[in-house]
Formats: sequence, structure tokens, C-alpha cells
Amino acid sequence: MICLGIEGTAHTIGIGLVEDINGRCHILSNVIKIYKPKHGGGIHPREAANHHATYVADLIKESIKKADIEYADIDLVAFSKGPGLGPCLRTAATAARALSLSLNKPIMGVNHCVAHLEIGRGTIEKCRDPVLLYVSGANTQVIAFAEGKYRVFGETLDIGIGNCLDKFGRYIGLDFPCGPKIEKLAEKGKQYLELPYSIKGMDIAFSGLLTAAEQYVKHGKKIEDICYSIQETTFAALTEVTERAMAHTEKDEVLLGGGVACNKRLREMVKTMAQERDAHFFVPSHDLCVDNGAMIAWLGLLMYKSGIRMNVENSHIDQRFRTDRVDVSWRD
Amino acid sequence: MIYRGAEAEILLSEFMNIKVVQKKRIPKKYRIKEIDTLLISYRTKEEARLMTEARTHGVAVPIIYDIDLENGVITMEYLDGKRIKDIIEDVDEKERKKICRMIGESIAKLHNNDIIHGDITTSNMILKNSRIHFIDFGLGCKDGEIEAKGVDLHVLMEAFNSTHARYPKCFNYVLDGYKKEFKGDVKLVVKKIEDIVRRGRYRR
Repeated sequence: MICLGIEGTAHTIGIGLVEDINGRCHILSNVIKIYKPKHGGGIHPREAANHHATYVADLIKESIKKADIEYADIDLVAFSKGPGLGPCLRTAATAARALSLSLNKPIMGVNHCVAHLEIGRGTIEKCRDPVLLYVSGANTQVIAFAEGKYRVFGETLDIGIGNCLDKFGRYIGLDFPCGPKIEKLAEKGKQYLELPYSIKGMDIAFSGLLTAAEQYVKHGKKIEDICYSIQETTFAALTEVTERAMAHTEKDEVLLGGGVACNKRLREMVKTMAQERDAHFFVPSHDLCVDNGAMIAWLGLLMYKSGIRMNVENSHIDQRFRTDRVDVSWRD
Repeated sequence: MIYRGAEAEILLSEFMNIKVVQKKRIPKKYRIKEIDTLLISYRTKEEARLMTEARTHGVAVPIIYDIDLENGVITMEYLDGKRIKDIIEDVDEKERKKICRMIGESIAKLHNNDIIHGDITTSNMILKNSRIHFIDFGLGCKDGEIEAKGVDLHVLMEAFNSTHARYPKCFNYVLDGYKKEFKGDVKLVVKKIEDIVRRGRYRR
């Protein structure tokens, strides 16, 4: 069975083609195009949606070509139902509906956060029942499977970690996405400057730290040291809540997902934590870590195979689609 | 070692010929020394202080015998009881209601004195001699704001929702007990919990 997935929750429009081979996810093609906000600004939802509308058709053609298949080979069309920015979601969903109707193939809207977890399970051999640390611009959640659902064991109480990094980056004049640039600067940092470390149970907060970091800038501290301190503090807190969730759920696998999971220091910290408690550490390849269409396609395929059906009439988007509202019928 | 949590090891030991529990915070290799030292000594000190204070206000906690800040060790009373997490689903609804109300009353006593536990889950409460004993004040603090009290209860609500999803009434029973004992305006706290729920990402 072959599924085409369309991702469009925020800055990325992505098309992925995946095939199910003996229950494993085989990626035929996975192409993305990223909207970049103007200097000094964040994502403008309408502009991002315009960007997606401009490129989505070409991306679909490109994905078919790269996968070396025909349109007729597609069995299912999946799209990101939410959570995300309304205009972006609607653009991706419209493309999916058009494709579904013209090919006369079924449609499936999926949860973006759950897709990040399932692509790990689908593509990494030993990854079966992980605790996912999902870290992106908007989302920061610790997710694990319990009693028939993917439940959120810890999450940010204010802003996502990526957003925290982006906001600080903009404050010091960096361009979007700021994470990789902050990572580079942090490598040169040496002195640790104390920052608020905010954990409440298994939840986490970043806005106080952001304000404190901006104060350091005002007081003329070295940018490299501040970046180093931000990474060390926020990542230590993220690693700690992940470890707490692992202890709580008694799971011995940890999976990283989301754009911030590309950060080498974060990977190193979570990996060290996993080693210290004899757990397995997994991280998908870079193109599957960031927002992409393949993960949407794979989750759509899993849902369809488990008997879930959707039609164009009820293929609504849901900007506030919570991870724990998805009934997980495709695994025990 | 009887238990290994995310941040500490719980060891069984002897102190002046009595059976005791030692809570030892483990240094974490994933974080830099500066953060590690700071967190371990701060949390050890804060935890011991909060436990002592909770006891003086009539909330059952283990008795502290010794504190070693450098190594992050608290030596305390061994509680021969049962974790709420392990029994709450096995007892009948009447008993469950009673236990949850007791939990709520104890939390209110803590909150009446601005003690915030910081990690109220069913794994952090032990039933012994018909009293709920609170353990692990490791993420606690002193805070008089309604916000902190709301967050404290919200943590427990989430714990019930995720770990004991089959018994959705538990948290309501807890609130009943809390209402009975809390000296401030309960409505404000309840409203705060609702606010916090909405504040979470993608809540309606």
C-alpha cells in the first residue's frame, strides 16, 4: 500500500510518499520547502500559507518523480489535520482533498505530533514503545503510549523550546531559524551564567529564562556564554522531564523528534541520560526529524489499515488538535 | 537500593540502630557540573526544609534524621506502608473516595502554610496507619500565590488523568477534601486550575 502525505502545520510544506512493507515504513520520496519569515519577525500565518499554496503542486510532482511511481499507484492521501496554524493547515488540507477527489482515492487527516512518534517506530528497527521528547518551534511535549492513547506526560506551560530559541535569536539580531545559529555560538561559550531552571512536576517553562537571558545581553555579557548557558539550562531541564516520564511510565526507550532534535548538544544529553539508565536512545534521520510529509503519510497509512475511514466531507482541520485526543487503534 | 527514581536513589540503611531510608541525589553526567552541583545541593536543602515545616503543620511526612548537603543525602524514617499508586485502583469506590479526600485535606494543610509540594503524584504518597504520608518534596518551594497552588493541584490532576484514567472521579474527591480544609478562597484555586488547563497548548 502506498500513501502520499501532505505536511503543512507551520513553516514547512512537505510531500512524502511511503510504502508499507511487512509493517515497516519504506520511504519512496520525501520533499519539503520551508517558508522563511522576514528579518526580525516570526512566522506570518497568511504569508506562510501563500508560500505553501505556491509550491505544493510542484512538490507533489517532484515527489512522484523521485519515487518513480505513477499517480495511479497512490492508494491513500493523508494530510496534517493539526495542531498548527489555520491558514497553513487549510492549504495542505485543500491540496489533499483535490488530490483525493481527482485520483478517486481515500483521504485521511492525521495528528502531527503523533506522526513524529510513529515515524520513529516505523523506520527505526528496535524502536517499539518509546517515550518521545518532541521539541520544535511550537511544541514541546513528552509523549508516551498508555492505556490506548498517546498521553502527554509533560509539556511546556508557556512557549515551545524552539520558539524560546527563536525569540532570543531575534533579540540578538539572528535570522529564522535561530536554533542552529545559537548552537554554533554556544560551542564557543565557556562560562556558565545562572538562568532560571523551571520544572513543575513533569511540565516545564521557558519564558522566565528568556527574560533573564535578555537581561544578560543588556548587561553586556558575552553572547557566546549566554547561548551556551541557555542551551545547557533548557536542554538539562528537557532531559530531566524526559527521564522523569521514563521513570514514571517504566519505559526503557527514548525517541527524539521535532526540529530542535537536530541540535547535537540536546542529542548528546538525552543519549547520556539514556545510557545512565540502561535505556535505548533513538533519533530518526534529519529529514524525518523535522516537519515532513513522509511521517504524515505513514501515520495515515497506519490509521487506514486499522480500519479508520474519513471522507472529504469530514476532513476538517483542527488547529488545536491535542495529542491525547487521538484514539490509537493501530497498536496495543 | 529499594528504588531508583529519575533523580535520586532510595537506599535502605541503618542509622543509630534503626531502619532508615536514605535519599541520595545522583549526579547526572548529561548536565554540566555547575548546574548539577547547584540543583543537587539546592534541592536537598529545600526538600529537608519543606518536610520539616510540613510536619509542624500536621501533614504526615517521614522524620528526618540527617542531612548531607555535599553528597545530596537525606536520611529519614522508613515508612512501612503502601504507595497510593499501587492501591488506588484495587480498593472499592468508597475507600477510594476516603483516601482521595484525605489527600485533598493534606494538600490544603500544606497550601494553608504556602508549602508547594511541586510533584504531587500517586507515587509520592504512602498510606500507613490510615494516614497519607507525603514523600519527595524535591521539586517543592514556598509560594503564597494562588498560581503556585493551582499548578500544584494541576500536577496531581494530570497524574490521575494519565495514570489512573479509569477512575475519573478521583480528582473531584481530592477537591472535596481540599475544600473542607483550605483556609483561603477555594473558588479562586479551582478557577486557577481551569485556567492552567486552558493555558496548556491547544486546549479549548
